[in-house]
Amino acid sequence: MDGLLPRWLRLAAGRVAEARERLTDLDAAIGDGDHGINLDRGFRELARRIDADDLPGEPPAAVLAAAGRVLMGTVGGASGALYGRAFQRAGAALAELDQREVAGYPVAREARAAAAFASAVDAVAALGRATPGEKTMLDALVPARAAYAAALEEGVTLAGATARAAAAAEAGAQRTIPLLATKGRASYLGERSIGHLDPGAASSAILLRALADAAADPAVPVDV
Amino acid sequence: MTSLVLVGHSPELLRALRAMVAQSAPAVPVAIAGGTAVGNLGTSSPAIRDAMRAALAASGGDGAVVLLDLGSAVLALEMALEEMSAAERTRIRVSRGPLVEGAVRAAVEAAGGASLDRVLAVADAEREADKLPPDWLAGPAA
Repeated sequence: MDGLLPRWLRLAAGRVAEARERLTDLDAAIGDGDHGINLDRGFRELARRIDADDLPGEPPAAVLAAAGRVLMGTVGGASGALYGRAFQRAGAALAELDQREVAGYPVAREARAAAAFASAVDAVAALGRATPGEKTMLDALVPARAAYAAALEEGVTLAGATARAAAAAEAGAQRTIPLLATKGRASYLGERSIGHLDPGAASSAILLRALADAAADPAVPVDV
Repeated sequence: MTSLVLVGHSPELLRALRAMVAQSAPAVPVAIAGGTAVGNLGTSSPAIRDAMRAALAASGGDGAVVLLDLGSAVLALEMALEEMSAAERTRIRVSRGPLVEGAVRAAVEAAGGASLDRVLAVADAEREADKLPPDWLAGPAA
């Protein structure tokens, strides 16, 4: 289990654990105050399964699908459903590319990652019936997807492109502060949701930063 | 008999609601899916899928009406439904009605032998039900 994805998920589990209180505080301000606790529970379980070899280590499509199932069952709340679905759809996108490769049409790893990421973001938008600007994880994920695609156009490496995606997600998360929430429990607050950073956008940025850092590690093979 | 599935964030809340439902309609099968797989507040699509399957089995083919609480319940339910077969889904209805009133009202209807769609209709109708008396604005017990 030394590929990029297990490495990422383990790193993400550590980052989420560190950010547990911060995410929970952000959620307490405009939601139900459990985002950090929930996500930590799910990623801790993911890391435990990876360490116990209780999660497929490859191919990447299977890693993502299994990770999605774990998150869906353990995180709870909207974030569990949304992240779980995102991971599953990313896995499905890779599985489709695997089939194409078997048929003699290989795709470069940067483009594979782009397809997986795009499917994940689409899944969040579709399940949440949300668009950017509504103070949700999409406000981090959509700019990240655009930054990744732009980097790909320029021929940037996977590590460089994921770093740009992470930076775009972090900037996007910050831009949720002045937004009015129109989705989820935060929308119950109406105008009072303005002035707070969205916890889902914050956790999306954390996950993408962990991905960029995992991809930047020269000791990690970056096959996806 | 048409059965019910109660979906929500809290297992305690759903167990208590099932007890309320049983007071009015003890014969109606009620499956619950509340909390995460590890017992915290939240929703879990595998748990919801299993509850829907249990309710379908208990209905003897008559089908099951799902009632849910807020927020992520609908997201998790949507994913649970996607994991079921088309044949299973044809015997499932999801109500837009309020969880507590809808469940009690639907169970009483189901106990009377009503069809799946009839049970759904009465659960949905609870959306419009006014729980305050018409003269409430005149002041309570003035």
